[in-house]
Amino acid sequence: MSAPVTVGRRRLRRLPAWICLILALGISLFPLYWMLRTAITPGPELPSDNAGLLPRHPTLINFERVLGLVSRDEARAAGGSGANLSFFLYLRNSVVYTGLITCAQTLFCAMAGYAFARLRFRGRDALFNVFVAALMVPPIFTLLPNFALVKQLGWLNTYQGLVAPSLLMTPFAVFFLRQFFLGIPRDVEQAAFIDGAGPWTIFWRVVLPMTKGPLFTLALTTAVWTWNDYLWPLLVAPGEDTRVLTAALGIFLKQSPNTSPDWTGLMAGSALSVVPVLLLVVFFGRRLVDSIQFSGMKG
Amino acid sequence: MTTATLTKTETAGAALPRRRRGDGRVALAFLAPVLIGFAAFYVYPAVRGAWYSLTDWNLLSEPGFVGLDNYAELVRDPLFWNSLKVTAYYVVLTVGMQIVLGLGLAALMHRLTRSLVLRSLLVVPWLVPSVTSALLWMWLLDANLGFLNHLLVSLGLDNQGFLTSPELAMPSVAAINAWGATGYTTLLLYAGMLLVPQQIYEAAALDGTGEVRQFFRITLPLLRPILAFVLVVSLIDSFQLFDAVAVTTKGGPVDATRVVYYYIYEEAFTHFKMGYASALALSLVLILGLLTFVQMRLLRASRSDLA
Repeated sequence: MSAPVTVGRRRLRRLPAWICLILALGISLFPLYWMLRTAITPGPELPSDNAGLLPRHPTLINFERVLGLVSRDEARAAGGSGANLSFFLYLRNSVVYTGLITCAQTLFCAMAGYAFARLRFRGRDALFNVFVAALMVPPIFTLLPNFALVKQLGWLNTYQGLVAPSLLMTPFAVFFLRQFFLGIPRDVEQAAFIDGAGPWTIFWRVVLPMTKGPLFTLALTTAVWTWNDYLWPLLVAPGEDTRVLTAALGIFLKQSPNTSPDWTGLMAGSALSVVPVLLLVVFFGRRLVDSIQFSGMKG
Repeated sequence: MTTATLTKTETAGAALPRRRRGDGRVALAFLAPVLIGFAAFYVYPAVRGAWYSLTDWNLLSEPGFVGLDNYAELVRDPLFWNSLKVTAYYVVLTVGMQIVLGLGLAALMHRLTRSLVLRSLLVVPWLVPSVTSALLWMWLLDANLGFLNHLLVSLGLDNQGFLTSPELAMPSVAAINAWGATGYTTLLLYAGMLLVPQQIYEAAALDGTGEVRQFFRITLPLLRPILAFVLVVSLIDSFQLFDAVAVTTKGGPVDATRVVYYYIYEEAFTHFKMGYASALALSLVLILGLLTFVQMRLLRASRSDLA
């Protein structure tokens, strides 16, 4: 190719590529739009009104009934099975479950990560290797005995049973933070040490404030995982008072008649479970993208 | 998402300033919560899990020792082998889709735009809870009212029972999870592409190499280490398929989607065969361990050509 391609022609040549990209974006997002579209369709009308881009008679009744805001009869008239639904409660449970685990786990694992990265004690590397080995174990192996343990303790359908296994640590979080602490320069810590600060002061006053970024990244990942967690909460806390959103959606589906599921209600509940995700993207989009890309660079 | 980093043999550097004694006591304080959590919810259950696998425990009565009976049963259990086969099929499908689509998208983004908004939007499906995405797709793929079938019919094709046909069920489940994970894979691969020096592309363009050739001759070879990393992560992840199957197909139709995770779950919590389920779970640990080991060897063999 001897003559330089003009900008205009280049743009035109790239048009198919742009179309592919936009198509991919469409496939990523359209299902979520369809979820919302179904959620605002009146249940009884769904069999005849399920193809247009907008429902003929948009309504909020499905949201109201999954949130438990309308009477049982009204809910049944709108296509519900009559089962009790209170997504406010499940939403709260999800927030508590996610919040507790994210805060406690990040803090405790930061302490441990710091110890593994900076302190000297006997058996440090051996212990750390045990943690790394635990990373490889698929969760189902410990899930069965953990369920048995929680059951024996009488903690089924309690918050403590729900959060116990991941409240204090996951091997991944320890591993992740230790790698980060290894990477930060020691100068500041050294200066603090010369000023007479002990390990606790250094950790709280110097290290934690300096590593806000990675801590936040880890907390974000943990929060997303915990929010999405399904099997464990379904097994140990299916009861109304401790039921989290994901488990509630599974149970909702089970209660719905097999032949004609309550799609409008299910989509309204699903939409509620996605709201926090969208907030996350709106507020922390850049950080989220950076942290994922960062884990790619590490590879 | 960590396996790759393990290959680096780092040892934590010497403690802060040189001290005569170690920091044993302080370290214990720093480590206490994590050690308690690890002992109570990782080590103890692992030991118990191994013990249960040698018993006939059914959640209700006391576990009775049965030696290796569970393992003998497992070897002869056609459903177990079927579950492994089905899982492997799923893994190949979903990882294949994710990586091919992810590579394509990442390459397009790399050549066209640095838009952060675009990247954030692409990653949205990854953040959607897997239960939610399974429900959503169950509705989109519904045999009668689903949107996708409307699309097929309007194109003059027949309705498909995506999740009710034994042939289509597993590809459908794989596609559902690929929908969730592709954005994430794309970002990882895109990050890898950013590491390739721009001059190489400029030189290639000067030589008159087309974009497609550039992708196969430059991008792909230089991306090898990150591709290997993505492969490991998505492979291990995919082996643990549970949520989408539990919501959409429940292992059916005719065992077509009874993946190993779901099979273990059913044995434990529907049939209350805790002992047998533990033996299954321990076997899965061994299988995954072997797989990880093999992959790590492969990873080591694929160092970056840029280094």
